[in-house]
Amino acid sequence: MLELYILLIFMIAGAIIAVEIGDLLSAIVAVGAVGLALSVAFLILKAPDLAITQLVVEILCLIILIRATITRDTLEPNGRQAIVVAVAALAFMALFIFFAFAPLNEMPPFGAPAMRVSGTYLANGLRQTGAANIVSSIILDYRGYDTLGEATILFTAVIGVLAVMRRVGKKRQDTQEGEEP
Amino acid sequence: MKGTDRPEQGMTLIVKTITRLTVGLIMLFGIYIVLHGHLSPGGGFAGGVIIALSFIHLVLAFGRDRALKIFSQSMASLFESLGALLFILIAVAGYVGGYFFLNVFAHKGHPFRLFSAGIIPLCNIAICLKVGAGLFAVFVVMVAFRLGARE
Repeated sequence: MLELYILLIFMIAGAIIAVEIGDLLSAIVAVGAVGLALSVAFLILKAPDLAITQLVVEILCLIILIRATITRDTLEPNGRQAIVVAVAALAFMALFIFFAFAPLNEMPPFGAPAMRVSGTYLANGLRQTGAANIVSSIILDYRGYDTLGEATILFTAVIGVLAVMRRVGKKRQDTQEGEEP
Repeated sequence: MKGTDRPEQGMTLIVKTITRLTVGLIMLFGIYIVLHGHLSPGGGFAGGVIIALSFIHLVLAFGRDRALKIFSQSMASLFESLGALLFILIAVAGYVGGYFFLNVFAHKGHPFRLFSAGIIPLCNIAICLKVGAGLFAVFVVMVAFRLGARE
C-alpha cells in the first residue's frame, strides 16, 4: 500500500505543477507524468488491462496535445479575473464536498467489492463464456450493452471532430489567410 | 520545397531508418494484443490504439503526404464505420439464439485456446477497427492538416 500512496502524492504534485507552471510544453509533460503514474498505480492494484489501456491512451493524448497545442498562446487570467476564477473553484469544491460527504461515508472499505454480482462473474465467467481473460468476458459478454454505449460515444466524438475540423471546410479559409500577408 | 520529393518533410534520416525497423513490430504487437484479448490482458481498445500509434509514428517520421498515401483519411473513416457496423451486426446476431448480445457460439472450442470464447474475439476485432481508425482520423484532422496549413 505504501507504493500506492507514494504514487498518489506524485500524481497530485504533478497535477499541481501542470496547473501552476507557465510554460505550455512543461505543463503537458507534467500531465503525461500524472498519466504514467496512474498506469503504474493500476499495475500495483493488479489491473493490467487498465494499465495497458491507460498507457497507450496517455501516449496518444500526449502526442496530440504537443503537436496540436504547442503553437497556441496561453491565456493568463489577470487581476480581478484570477480572483473570480479562484473563488468559483473554491465554491464548486465546497459544493462537491458538501454533496459527496454522505455517499463517501457509505462507500465499502478499500478492496471490498461494492456489488455482489462480481462474485458471480468470477465464479461462472470461464464456464459460461469460455474466455480466459475475465475482464474481456465481462466487458464484451455480460456488459455488452455498456461497451456498445461506449463505442457509440467514441463514434459520435470522432464524427464530430471530423465534421468540425475537416479539410473541405478549412480550405477556403486557409487560402484566404495565405493570400492576405 | 526545393525538389519534387521534398526531402525536408518529416524528420531526419536517423528517425526515418529507426521508424522503418520498428513500425512493423509496433503494429504486430497491436495485432497480437487484439487477437489475444480474450486470453491475456489487453483487448480491442488497447490494441486498436497501439495500431493507430504505429500509423501516427509513420506520419510523424515521414511527413503527412507519404504516410497518408499508405492509409488515407477517407480509408480511416471507412474502417471506423465498418468496425461500428461489425460490432452492431455481432450484437444483432445474438437474436439467432434469442436475445441481443447473446454469445452465440460460446461453447465451441476449448478455453485458453486462440479459437475460443465465441463472439468475444470478433467483438475485439470490431472495436480495434473502430478505435484505431477513429483515433487515427482524429489525429490526422487535428494535427497533420494543422501542420500543413502552417507551412
